[in-house]
Amino acid sequence: MLLDQRSEHVQPLRFAIGYLTAPVHYLAHVPSAMGEWASSQAVSRADLQSEKNHLERQIMILQQRVQRLAVLEAENVRLRELLNSSAELDARVLAAEIIGIEPDPSRQEFVINKGGHAGVYRGQAVLDAGGLLGQVVDIGPLTARVLLITDASHALSVQVNRNGVRAILAGIGQPDRVRLLFVPDTADIIEGDLLVSTGLDQRFPRGYPVAEVIRVAHDPGAPFAIVEARPTANIDRASHVLLVERTAPRREREGGTQ
Amino acid sequence: MRERESRGTPAVIATFFLAAVLTVLPLPEAASLGRPEWISMVLIYWVIALPHRVGVLWGFAVGLFQDVLTGAVLGQHAVALALVAYVAIAAHKRIRVFPPLQQSVVIFLLVGTGALMSYTVQNAVGRVLVPPVWVLLPALVSALLWRPAFSVLRWVRRRFLVR
Repeated sequence: MLLDQRSEHVQPLRFAIGYLTAPVHYLAHVPSAMGEWASSQAVSRADLQSEKNHLERQIMILQQRVQRLAVLEAENVRLRELLNSSAELDARVLAAEIIGIEPDPSRQEFVINKGGHAGVYRGQAVLDAGGLLGQVVDIGPLTARVLLITDASHALSVQVNRNGVRAILAGIGQPDRVRLLFVPDTADIIEGDLLVSTGLDQRFPRGYPVAEVIRVAHDPGAPFAIVEARPTANIDRASHVLLVERTAPRREREGGTQ
Repeated sequence: MRERESRGTPAVIATFFLAAVLTVLPLPEAASLGRPEWISMVLIYWVIALPHRVGVLWGFAVGLFQDVLTGAVLGQHAVALALVAYVAIAAHKRIRVFPPLQQSVVIFLLVGTGALMSYTVQNAVGRVLVPPVWVLLPALVSALLWRPAFSVLRWVRRRFLVR
């Protein structure tokens, strides 16, 4: 049974038992969902008004940015054509709600309310409004399990948005901290740098924000610099997430765009 | 005779279901370290109460269910709970007549054995972060909560005439 875990043979069994476990997750989500509903019912009019104003302002700011984005995107496509590299298509997204948190505190995972029947697949990237959250590792018929980028067994390829320095970002098991591995002491990474996904890992889409560098330390005795970062996504506060689907064919030559 | 023996299976399954909900219920970070092993406790109760019906196979099946529920390696809790059920079934006559305090100690040992077993499996596939002492904390909490859980489960057994 344990050896089977290494291969894919037990996946159907796991999928079948998923029919039984899904109601448990849904049921365990009921109390917190009711709490949310109750607190959303008990909001004062003034609060709603100010929230509405805030959102309207935010929409305006975002719309102004989108106006520029359309031009930039068109320009980007033209430049890419000049460089002979394939254009990136918009990815389809699927919204899902988090219905369960991993009870084991040593693992950073959660359960969402969309599963195999909704077209979720293993390895699918999961984001929230702030940035990359993690990837789907396990599919049930009605639920799916998401491994967060902060889990100690997770790593992905990122690059510094400012200058394109690439590195490997690994979780250390804490919800608000990740670490860059094997960064040379001389690498040009400073505090406040935004790390975005590169897509080199063939799993995450390219160009989504992942984390922000908060500490760079050089230990004279160690061969690599210590770089710590904080995920830009609301890892421990997110309640709704987006699943990004790859519609574009896998890019063949990533190196050509550097 | 045969019909009378198989009464109340839905009630047994319902208690396992409830235990599963309690297992994945969101808790504050600090409290989740000491989350009792509800499923192990319910299993031990049913093994002690109905050793002729609930045994190692039940332990294995419930363990598989818990594996998928918590996203663990398939077989991790199955092996652990099968072991717990085996030990409990071997000692059920003695556990039944123990005074409450002694019973709680036995529960601590049983749940702790199961937790360490599943810790061993987890360790073998390289997914642990905490030292093994921490997995005994849930066992301790389980032992403390054994009496209330026992009363509730006994009420269920009598109310729904499970035998």
